[in-house]
Amino acid sequence: MKFGIVVFPGSNCDQDCYYAIRDILGCDVDYIWHTVTDLRGFDCIILPGGFSYGDYLRTGAIARFSPVMKAVKDFADGGGLVLGICNGFQILLEAGFLPGAMLRNKGLRFLCKYVHLRVENNKNPFTCLFEEHEVIRMPIAHFDGNYYADSRTIEALEARGGVVFRYSDEKGGIAPETNPNGSVGNIAAVINEAGNVLGMMPHPERCVEELLGGEDGRRLFESIVSWFSGRRGVGS
Amino acid sequence: MNTSRDRDVRNGRAQKRGQVQDRVRDQGQGRGRGQEQGQSRPSWWELGLTEAEYREIVEILGREPNWTELGMFSVMWSEHCSYKHSRPYLKLFPTQGSRILIGPGENAGVIRLDERWAVVMKCESHNHPVAVEPYQGAATGVGGIVRDILAMGARPVAILDSLRFGPPDDPRSRFLFQGVVSGIAGYGNCIGVPTVGGEVYFDEAYASNPLCNVMCVGLVEIDRIARARASEVGSPVFLVGASTGRDGIHGATFASQELGEDSEASRPNVQVGDPFMEKLAIETCLELVERGYVIGIQDMGAAGITSSCAETAARAGTGIEIDLDKVPLRESGMTPYEIMLSESQERMLVIGKSGRENEIAEVCRRWGIGCALIGRVTDDGMLTVKRGEIIEARVPAKALAEQVPVVLSRESRPSYIDEEWSRDPVSLLGAKPGPSLLAELASAGKTRSGKARCEPEGEPGEPEKEPEEEKDLPRFSRDLLKCLSSPTIADKAWVYSQYDHMVQNNTAVLPGAGDAAVLRVKGTGKAIALTMDGNGRYAYLDPEMGGAIAVAEAARNVVSTGAEPVAITNCLNFPNPEKGETMWQFSRVVRGMALACEILGTPVTGGNVSFYNETLGKPVYPTPVVGMLGIIHDVKQRLSSGFVREGDIVALIGPLDGRGASLGGSEYLKVKTGLVTGKPPQIDLDVEKRVQRTCLRAAQSGLLHSAHDCSEGGLAVTLAECCMLGRPGSRGAEISLRSPKSAPERPVKEEDADEPWFVESLLFGEAQSRIVVTLHPDDMPALSEIGRTEGAPVTAIGRVTADGLWVNIDGFTVIMVSTAKMEEAWRGRFDDKAMSRKPGQGPYSD
Repeated sequence: MKFGIVVFPGSNCDQDCYYAIRDILGCDVDYIWHTVTDLRGFDCIILPGGFSYGDYLRTGAIARFSPVMKAVKDFADGGGLVLGICNGFQILLEAGFLPGAMLRNKGLRFLCKYVHLRVENNKNPFTCLFEEHEVIRMPIAHFDGNYYADSRTIEALEARGGVVFRYSDEKGGIAPETNPNGSVGNIAAVINEAGNVLGMMPHPERCVEELLGGEDGRRLFESIVSWFSGRRGVGS
Repeated sequence: MNTSRDRDVRNGRAQKRGQVQDRVRDQGQGRGRGQEQGQSRPSWWELGLTEAEYREIVEILGREPNWTELGMFSVMWSEHCSYKHSRPYLKLFPTQGSRILIGPGENAGVIRLDERWAVVMKCESHNHPVAVEPYQGAATGVGGIVRDILAMGARPVAILDSLRFGPPDDPRSRFLFQGVVSGIAGYGNCIGVPTVGGEVYFDEAYASNPLCNVMCVGLVEIDRIARARASEVGSPVFLVGASTGRDGIHGATFASQELGEDSEASRPNVQVGDPFMEKLAIETCLELVERGYVIGIQDMGAAGITSSCAETAARAGTGIEIDLDKVPLRESGMTPYEIMLSESQERMLVIGKSGRENEIAEVCRRWGIGCALIGRVTDDGMLTVKRGEIIEARVPAKALAEQVPVVLSRESRPSYIDEEWSRDPVSLLGAKPGPSLLAELASAGKTRSGKARCEPEGEPGEPEKEPEEEKDLPRFSRDLLKCLSSPTIADKAWVYSQYDHMVQNNTAVLPGAGDAAVLRVKGTGKAIALTMDGNGRYAYLDPEMGGAIAVAEAARNVVSTGAEPVAITNCLNFPNPEKGETMWQFSRVVRGMALACEILGTPVTGGNVSFYNETLGKPVYPTPVVGMLGIIHDVKQRLSSGFVREGDIVALIGPLDGRGASLGGSEYLKVKTGLVTGKPPQIDLDVEKRVQRTCLRAAQSGLLHSAHDCSEGGLAVTLAECCMLGRPGSRGAEISLRSPKSAPERPVKEEDADEPWFVESLLFGEAQSRIVVTLHPDDMPALSEIGRTEGAPVTAIGRVTADGLWVNIDGFTVIMVSTAKMEEAWRGRFDDKAMSRKPGQGPYSD
């Protein structure tokens, strides 16, 4: 399968994603310039972290107007896999792929650290190699990761299993103290109804080697590969 | 010289060459603004030049300069750009070494990592801007140093920062502290360069004049190193990046004056950063270099277009002619003077290859970044500034960049030195000699005696239970907690968690976890270790020692991660150089640093001098900050500070020093008495080298599980940090120290055998050349053997336990405290709760 990583002006985790997929997973991957409108040949599109367009105005608010986003929309509508990480998640929210919005972190400061996550949903392409309710570790690095939606939206999201990760403690406990940024319901990752578009604040590409403190992120990418090869197997 | 005679001044050199048609436009040279108002302040005075310098300029030009030219000279000859006070001293630094590819003189130093890769590094101060506008001051400090690395064709891979503020309970200091940290975060995070390390000190000496030193490190393939040279005549000169506005005009001159009561009015001198533009500039420039379109490249930092053109031309022995009408401007009506002196950020000067003009423009267009062809490289050695057909300025490039008259400084020994040295830290602390203190504690029933537990074969006994009430803790436990919560020692997670320290996927030892940041270099199996260090108190109390210690401690820090120290860069932060006392301090700090660099084999690859760090006559401590690069040959052998395995031996490489002298200038003395005084710890660089070699060899042989150097707060604080940073299940230690008298091998020199020793010194003294390491008990003989062959003392002092720090001396308990209690003191100082509290309330008011 082939991954594509969108490069917006100001993206800064594009090269890390590229490294994780090509050098660690050994998969085929290419950069996609933000003006590209043809995504044929790609099986999974990643919107990487960073500060697209400086995040001036509001995070992701300008990037959603990039020419590539129309193509990403069509790609997702056609069932293609889309993974938005950090700024990529913010862009997916701004572009309306996923419900909700991001507020500034509750402490009103940027936060970069490893956090524990509880896997809430493993029946999707992105987390199928994790156990349900497994506790994993990934780094976060953001100023605007305080996920918010009104209570009806949250209820609907929860009811359909749209929450994929929650901030937790090392035993899987969910409490305000384990919530680094103030997100409603400790929500760290959200998937769309069709189950092919995932937005997540933590950075899986930063934990793909023991050397850098963990490999849980690698398992997320491996999930995608595994799901894809399985589906292809079934389809053909 | 202020009369406006001779309206058609001709350029001296141009005349000699017979180019009489080249007339430099008169802009009212010599008329100062003050003079127009009937005052008698000449224009050169207004611009911060001396009369002698003005005469020199007239001599060089063969005529009087016009207003633009005078402005150009004034910034280029400012202390900030020209190093006119410090230059002769900096020659003392060793700059050669087998790994050094490029030393001082370029935008940054370049050090060979392996056959293919080189490390580029440089640090720079941004003290004055931070004092008046902390957020933008710090942000643009980051931006500037990142562009220096970029100018070498290197991808910036790490940022470190060394900060100094007044005490955090002072509202102004706290405002500056918070502003600087957010500024570094706001800029560094956005450009995708991890901020991986640094240090923060708090002391009254920095209350009105904070220090902000930023270091950037880059990686470049050796055959792609770019130079800041305008070396081929006829080459196109591009201005790439942001447009030019009125911001930051005279920033360099501002940085070359003392701050005063009206410094707030200088806020317009502080530039405003646009990290998004910087990120685009990084990618654009790296692509231009990679495609081979570039002959020379230089950051536009202080003095903007003037300095970048003058320096690139001067280095190559060429000239540059530019047309100001081609410079994209942010606002209308800008004069040549303003354009030439603007310090608008995120601009790079790119000397392109002839014939590649279109390709260069295309790369810039694709990244959406400004690109203007503003001129050409010439062969006449002149920086010629035109506006259309009119020549606005014409000055020899070398004169601007290199011919500043060096200021020969007078040095005078400050009177405070004798005064401070005459104060004895032991008597200030009311410390009693060790034996009598231990006896007293024992008879008061405050402690118990037990057998010494330092032998590896010794049976570890049951430690007694920690008392419930803090007041019942052994006395030195309370002192330890106080030290742990002192702002300088306390955990800085609040700071570094605001920095993205992981982007680029290389950070193998995270901030706070080790004595230096460790970044692996992809595809090499190697890693680099980076640290910034400098203790201003030592340098104030004993400049030469302070200079030597700054280098030695930085080297020790990288050694403690398993890295071989290879080179330094530095920021020298000093008060007003026109005062003899400052230059006395300066010369000695430089001498101490030079000696340490020589002995430890770490040449100087560049750096920066920041003078005039005093406000209203209140000087900062002379503060040398050393940025050290170490190389780890196998990244798997990197070490962190925290304990990793219960039952490991805790060993001290280096002397166990109980002499009262090690308390001079110490954090303990400051915490207990509020004083920064005495003679600071002395360093024996030969011992230092032996200690470092022992630690490094042990690390490279895979013997060590952790290593942490002893610095502020001494052995006790070091051990406490090892506990708190330890892995779960190995967050404690049982330490048995022997008083110097009862030790079988004398840890101190023979001649000091009868010198009294003090519990305070053993625990909190800041004697140099010491590293606490842990290892498997079976490996202790091998470590001792390395110590013997290298000639460094190695002593087993205890074992790693599950929780709590218990220290006894000759069997007398002096510290017993749970790890949770230590963490409360250490981590609580700067957590969210403490930082949102109003200054003057809560923990700061103790």
